[in-house]
Amino acid sequence: MKRQIPLVLVFIFGVLLAIQYFIPSEPSQKGYEFVLDWITIIGIFAMVLGIWSQIHVGYYKIRHRAEDWKYSVVTMVSMFGMIFLGLSPFGGLQGTTFRLIYTNIFIPIQATIFALLAFYIASASYRAFRARSAVSTVLLVAALLLMLRVIPMGPLADPINKIGSWMLLVPNLAAKRAILIGVGLGGVATALKIVLGIERSYLGKD
Amino acid sequence: MGLIISIIVIGGGLLWILYLSIKGRDVDRRIVYLFVGTTVALAIIFRLEFGEVATPIVKSVFDKIENLPAGSKIVLSYDFDPAMAPEVNPMANAFIRHILEKKHRLYFMSLWATGQSLLSVSLDSVLKPEFPDAKYGVDYCNLGFKAGNEGVLNVVITNLRKMFPSDANGNSLDSLPMFKDVESLKDMDLLISIGGGKPGVKEWVLFAGDPGKVAMAGGSAAVSTPLLYPYWPKQLIGLLGGTKGAAEYEAELIKRYPRFKDKSMPALRMMGPQTMAHVVIIAFIVIGNIAYFRSRKKGEQS
Repeated sequence: MKRQIPLVLVFIFGVLLAIQYFIPSEPSQKGYEFVLDWITIIGIFAMVLGIWSQIHVGYYKIRHRAEDWKYSVVTMVSMFGMIFLGLSPFGGLQGTTFRLIYTNIFIPIQATIFALLAFYIASASYRAFRARSAVSTVLLVAALLLMLRVIPMGPLADPINKIGSWMLLVPNLAAKRAILIGVGLGGVATALKIVLGIERSYLGKD
Repeated sequence: MGLIISIIVIGGGLLWILYLSIKGRDVDRRIVYLFVGTTVALAIIFRLEFGEVATPIVKSVFDKIENLPAGSKIVLSYDFDPAMAPEVNPMANAFIRHILEKKHRLYFMSLWATGQSLLSVSLDSVLKPEFPDAKYGVDYCNLGFKAGNEGVLNVVITNLRKMFPSDANGNSLDSLPMFKDVESLKDMDLLISIGGGKPGVKEWVLFAGDPGKVAMAGGSAAVSTPLLYPYWPKQLIGLLGGTKGAAEYEAELIKRYPRFKDKSMPALRMMGPQTMAHVVIIAFIVIGNIAYFRSRKKGEQS
């Protein structure tokens, strides 16, 4: 039963929504919007589940002094602190303290982590980006030319820009379109397998 | 002067690393990190800036906004998080300036929960101080964040009020004058999504721009920009890619409206450090390969 009900639901909704796509009428659209409402509702429940899971794991780690338990303390304090400040009696999402923390702590932290990539890329470019074969040489030359596009190159800027644009709009575009079509076809095949109950990994092991 | 000092320091350092590499000595990764850090710091300290000229893919977005008649309806969606913000927020701010300067109507929204807070920052730091005459509900409005990813787009393309019965402040859309002739996104003149993840520009093209036959433009983090090229120029009228795209747009904005010259233009400012970092990365690739071929040659000889 635990496996059959989800399989039946997936089959019914998969087939109905596939048919709905080809019926451009008002009842069909209404039905579609009804299902979309359920996506939002399920998404909210999934978020609640995620928060509960975070609390459960964090509490377990802190209680048993598991490895790196101190990070869990920071996570829990931050999570509950932001929830507390985000509630309307304490200023809400537009409250001064909430926005102050978001703007001056959260944004710089995330931006810093993203910016750290520059250091790793520089190190990798020195150590690993080598012209070991014909294919890697093509990749290397293409990368160099594209990077040169963002550098002021004086009289060379125009030809480099043209070459860079050509690379993006011809070989890159051709490859991306091929990949997109491939991914699309793969998506259809996977969706069919799920709807027909052939692919069942989403149900878990139990 | 700053540029000369930077060239001497960076050039000297690169020559030293080249020397070590040719000698076959290992250059510790911490030295590489220090070198990149120094390069970026020099560019920030000396405020190095390089001129930017809008490329056709950026210029077409600018021209579209420029040529729309005053009062046109434009949606600007903040579909990004703080990690992407330094790269894509300058685009959003440049769009706000341009759209309001041209007296268009601006509809803000977000498909990312984090976008809502970043949008508030833009409203407080750019829109309100620079356009004090812009009236909420008449010239601009904030629809806020709505959960549901592309599902939201699927609905608002036919019925905006179903997903957004009220704006982010709880005002009914019917009470706001700028929604009088708006039923769905199909009534918009231009849709702009700024982001670099999912849902983002691609989802906007697939679920709003294309099915609704509404002109669509995008701004994206540099890493995801090449993935969006297949949609240009038909499904996307233009695309701003990373800091470079934002800087090109800012440059075009200043060129056309010199009054913005004194305003904060972060992308143009960031292009200095980014350019210098690119120079260093290119130099590292070249040095690394010189050392590789030299060691390979030595190996063959022995």
